[in-house]
Amino acid sequence: MEYQKKELPISVRNIGFLLTGLGLLLVIISYIADPKREAFNNIIGLMFLGSIAIGALILVALEYISGAVWSTPLRRVSEFIASSLPLMIVLAIPLFFTMHSVFHWTHTDVVTADKVLSAKTPYLNIPFFIGRTLGIILLLFFFYFLFTRNSRKQDETKDQKLTKTNVKLSAVFMPVVAIGLTVLSIDWMMSLEPHWFSTIFGIYYISATLLAGLAATTYGVVSLNEAGFLHPRINSDHYYSLGALMFGITNFWAYIAFSQFLLIWYANMPEETFWFVSRWEGGWKYVSLGLILIRFIIPYAGLLSQPSKTDPTRLKRISLFILFAHFFDLYWLVMPTFSKSVVFSFYELGFPVLIIGMIIIMFTMQAKKYNLVPIGDPKLERGLDFHL
Amino acid sequence: MEKIKIHSVGALFDTPNEITNAAKETVKAGYKKFDVNTPYPVHGMEKAMNIGTSMLGYITLFIGLSGAAFAFLAMYWISVYDYPLIVGGKPFFSWPAFIPITFEVTVLSSAIGTVAVMVALFFKFPNNSHAIHDTNYMKKVSADKFGVNIVAIDPLFDEAKVKAFLAGIGGKEIETIYEPAVKTVNVFDKRFIALLILIAIITSAATYFTLNKLLYVQPFTWMSEQHKVVPQSQNTMFPDGFGMRQPVEGTVARGFTPYEFKGQTDSAVKNLSNPLPFSREVIAKGKEKYDTYCSPCHGYYGKGDSRLNGQFPNPPTLYSDKVRNWGDGNIYHVIVSGQNVMPSYAKQLSKDERWSIIHYIRVLQRSQNAKDTDLPQQ
Repeated sequence: MEYQKKELPISVRNIGFLLTGLGLLLVIISYIADPKREAFNNIIGLMFLGSIAIGALILVALEYISGAVWSTPLRRVSEFIASSLPLMIVLAIPLFFTMHSVFHWTHTDVVTADKVLSAKTPYLNIPFFIGRTLGIILLLFFFYFLFTRNSRKQDETKDQKLTKTNVKLSAVFMPVVAIGLTVLSIDWMMSLEPHWFSTIFGIYYISATLLAGLAATTYGVVSLNEAGFLHPRINSDHYYSLGALMFGITNFWAYIAFSQFLLIWYANMPEETFWFVSRWEGGWKYVSLGLILIRFIIPYAGLLSQPSKTDPTRLKRISLFILFAHFFDLYWLVMPTFSKSVVFSFYELGFPVLIIGMIIIMFTMQAKKYNLVPIGDPKLERGLDFHL
Repeated sequence: MEKIKIHSVGALFDTPNEITNAAKETVKAGYKKFDVNTPYPVHGMEKAMNIGTSMLGYITLFIGLSGAAFAFLAMYWISVYDYPLIVGGKPFFSWPAFIPITFEVTVLSSAIGTVAVMVALFFKFPNNSHAIHDTNYMKKVSADKFGVNIVAIDPLFDEAKVKAFLAGIGGKEIETIYEPAVKTVNVFDKRFIALLILIAIITSAATYFTLNKLLYVQPFTWMSEQHKVVPQSQNTMFPDGFGMRQPVEGTVARGFTPYEFKGQTDSAVKNLSNPLPFSREVIAKGKEKYDTYCSPCHGYYGKGDSRLNGQFPNPPTLYSDKVRNWGDGNIYHVIVSGQNVMPSYAKQLSKDERWSIIHYIRVLQRSQNAKDTDLPQQ
């Protein structure tokens, strides 16, 4: 059986345009109605898009660096999802103008009166902040460009050397993305409370990123393959591997999140605990408890049994749920700084709808131009023949 | 060993895909009592063999959850009821601190429990003998081959037919496996027990040697062994053989004032008076030192109610007329030289500390003998 390229139905793209339009409308209305609140939501949106796109890119690099074969037939789905990475700049631009209402440390009078904050100014200042964000996004996009360019070239030339180039590239990419994500998470989420610090925060966001990228990839792979757009030899063993990886990273996230909580709780230092205290008061308690349920217990129980990892319907459902849980996690990380009590209404919905729409549009654009399976990859045949 | 009865017929295959196919073919041919032996778990085999999923996973889940519940409840009981300790100002029931241990116990119990249940139920412990042990078939499938093994108790079994069938689906090295003459091997065989004892002795000896001898062999001893006189050691340089020398007769340490009324209670009473002012700071210092050094026997308020639960004879109360009428010098003398069971506290307490304690004792005595005039005048 050979792979035959099929056009994605036009309805998929239309759904993308519909969601983007709806999301954009909501975002604009919200920005007019309550700019401060929408700026906070903008951060959630930026980090949400960032984790899906960068997470998918990490999966691509992970496959090269580890020499994995099972994920080779599925790699294009990750690549296409990662194509929405440059859109992060689009989401970051409005924030550069609303930074004053979001970031405490941008107010010079507050900073000069505060010893701790003035000591942090060499790092937390607006030009360096904007430079870091743009630099990291462009750097990661540069890697994305190189990875996908080599991968697409291989479709035609079938040149095995390109795989080796990408392996070397991914070895460079890994530390870059680790540092990049750490900096992004510290800048955009930890500096919302500039007095607070947690050295595990970077890896917390990295684990969430991996999970988001993987969940998006899983949803894409399963739904496309069930509809017959991918290679017919992709089977439940591939699904099982995706599910098992999601299960593993869900546990990894729980491990990291609990480590962060346990150390702060145990040491009981006022300069650290206030961050958790503000997520325990004014109704946030239920969101925090809900996070444990939504982010860990439900995905854990849902992915525990073997059939749940091989059944396409269940796998699709749980990967969508994990994406929702990721959004919920970001909401929990960002919003308590905005409001002492829990707030949730249509303001919060604008960005996720917009981002999902944008990712779908980017995906369909890529799928129109390129093959959904890397037909030139030397590992493809082994990947298709993959059995557990 | 006499081999008569046929146990099964085995055939070898080269790849996991071949063995999966072979299992499917065997099911298709109608054989029910057969097994597949592979050097590592081949996924999807239970489907190919049509035997459904193993229930071991559920047993593991049950054992794991039991382990989690046991660990959590045990820690709850220990830290709330059995031995409540305040750690870092946290409540007794500090569940976040229990989580890591709960997690570890869950993993440990489910791993050990799974192996134990597998050995007990699925391998039918203490049965440790199986016909396919010690066969060429077993040697191959535990190395790099994959084998199908159709057992003779299958209703469709017929040696020649089965062999032809296995050859037909591509099996190599088809081998008839016979039942061994001795069915079971005694688990508690004498030689086996002796071996266990031998292992225990060797392990203990090796551990002892490693921990007590090997780890104390130092690679370099240049600095730890020096030619010098160390405290408490012998030395031949001096006629008395002591390494440590006495100070010159009559030496007085810096800042030390010798007690001049040693053994002379009367002159102490007569000549000593409290040099410290009767101030708040002095009394506070006296209270601190009293609570540390005096209160274990005399009690926090000087009533003589020892906290030591009769391990020492209780001292008399400090409120008696005798002690109240003592001069400060007399109490000072008792602190320095001791009295009856009470030893000297000259080493523990400095001069100023003794005098501030005396002020504090006076405060305690006064508090138990308040006068009407102490009340504020209305």
